[in-house]
Amino acid sequence: MEDILLLETIEKYLSGQMSAEEKRWFEDLRKKTPEIDQMVVEHNMFLHQMDFYADRTALKHTLQHAHQQLLNRGDINEGGTVSAKGRVIQLWNKYRRVTAIAASVGGGIALLISGLVAYFSPVNHSQIQQLSRDIAVIKRNQQYQGNLINEVKGKIPADAKMVGGGTGFLIDPKGYLVTNAHVVRGTSAVVVNSKGDEFKAVIAYTDAEKDIAILKIDDADFKAFRALPYGIRKQTADLGEEIFTLGYPRNEISYNLGYLSARTGFNGDSVSFQLQMSANPGSSGAPVLNKNGEVVGILSTRQATAEGVAFAVKSKNIYQLIDALKKDDTAFQKVKVATHSSLKGMNRTNQVKEMEDYVFLVKAFNKN
Amino acid sequence: MKADTNEQLLLKGLASNDSRAIETIYKDNFNMVQAFILNNNGSYDDARDIFQEAMITLYEKAQSESFVLTCQIKTYVYSVCRRLWLKRLQQTGRYSNTLDNLDETVPVEEDLEIHEKRNAEFAIMDRALNSLGEPCKSLLEAFYLQKQDMQRIAAAFGYTNADNAKNQKYKCLMRLKKLFFAQYNIGE
Repeated sequence: MEDILLLETIEKYLSGQMSAEEKRWFEDLRKKTPEIDQMVVEHNMFLHQMDFYADRTALKHTLQHAHQQLLNRGDINEGGTVSAKGRVIQLWNKYRRVTAIAASVGGGIALLISGLVAYFSPVNHSQIQQLSRDIAVIKRNQQYQGNLINEVKGKIPADAKMVGGGTGFLIDPKGYLVTNAHVVRGTSAVVVNSKGDEFKAVIAYTDAEKDIAILKIDDADFKAFRALPYGIRKQTADLGEEIFTLGYPRNEISYNLGYLSARTGFNGDSVSFQLQMSANPGSSGAPVLNKNGEVVGILSTRQATAEGVAFAVKSKNIYQLIDALKKDDTAFQKVKVATHSSLKGMNRTNQVKEMEDYVFLVKAFNKN
Repeated sequence: MKADTNEQLLLKGLASNDSRAIETIYKDNFNMVQAFILNNNGSYDDARDIFQEAMITLYEKAQSESFVLTCQIKTYVYSVCRRLWLKRLQQTGRYSNTLDNLDETVPVEEDLEIHEKRNAEFAIMDRALNSLGEPCKSLLEAFYLQKQDMQRIAAAFGYTNADNAKNQKYKCLMRLKKLFFAQYNIGE
């Protein structure tokens, strides 16, 4: 009990709460009793330590608080994500102008890029024109060359509706022709040779994917040839190779010249290759030959957006198709695709003269 | 260079624990220190620790009677942080020669020595208080740190009267003193 009292007195003394009289008495006591004097010194020091501890704790707390406060206001940043609403608004106010400028620049760039993309992006399929003759062209030609049409009238049924036309060429002397699938959209076809003789033909097979159709001349008037002057080449032609075609962009056979300009077709299509030549509707299905008189492709489409760019289906597809058909259909067993060309070394005029009879105008129609 | 009046005011505010002054100094200097720490292998937490340590050093300096700051607060804080961080890097073996020596600094070694001594004292008191256990710790904190009067403490802790609380406080204090001085004298 005495110790507690003593301590209380010391604390009272140290905190200066004593009256002058008490103080004098206590200081007197300190002088006389070294133990008490020592206790006062020690306790004083201890209390200082306690004060210091309290002070430091409070300061640390204040600092933490300040840190948090500044963090919330966005004055300082610890790399974390901005979550506080206040900070977002503050940032917005701070960077509003910059944001506006950035947004308009960004918008401009976006427009520019989309413009560039639209300008440079690969053309789509609507830009490809099939070279089959649509009915309007045929009608115009009919008006123009009425005589010719009248001559061949007999073979097309009177009530039949013409749906398209193009070019076809023999691959087998017995009467097998190749043309584009898009040429023979109808149910039947007649083929007309360069002299104007017309023969009935059946559509033996169409492959829309490769755009190849096979027609079989089925007409008593047709006399099978002994052999074809040209051959169908199995290998792909080389880049830059000179090529020529014979086709029927009009009712009369016509000759055209160009060169192979790319190994693939439109949009990298590996079934076909690209030609540099002017192609006209009606040329679809025309044979594309190299200077040796070997068929390297079947002219099929042209690029509407570019001048003089045409595409032809590679000739090796004919073999693939025929080989596949032979497995499935006995009717094709007899088909023997001509491989040998006898046109090699001839000049172009003679080559064309030799070939003329084997390239036909194809007219497709629907029987009602 | 003598610190300008504005800075003197801030330091006065800091010495008297004015939270607005503390916040202003904090705001003006933290980003610089953080950038320095981050650029020298430190983390965000390191930056916070080191900066607050420097603030405490500044606070202690501002409180001392003989206080004169002969440079800008910025320079002083930066010098302290630099010194502290260098030491921390050396202690953890992470020291690399990435600290560039081109910045303006003032010698702070003396201040830091005092600061370290006080840190040690703080740690001793902290340990002593925490090893006391409850309710001793809270009781002493209420009386000596929060300076509450015995009547209120007795009521808050549920003692029947102030004398009993006083009695208990005395016992606790004796234990604390014993714990504190045992450590403190070893430190001396």
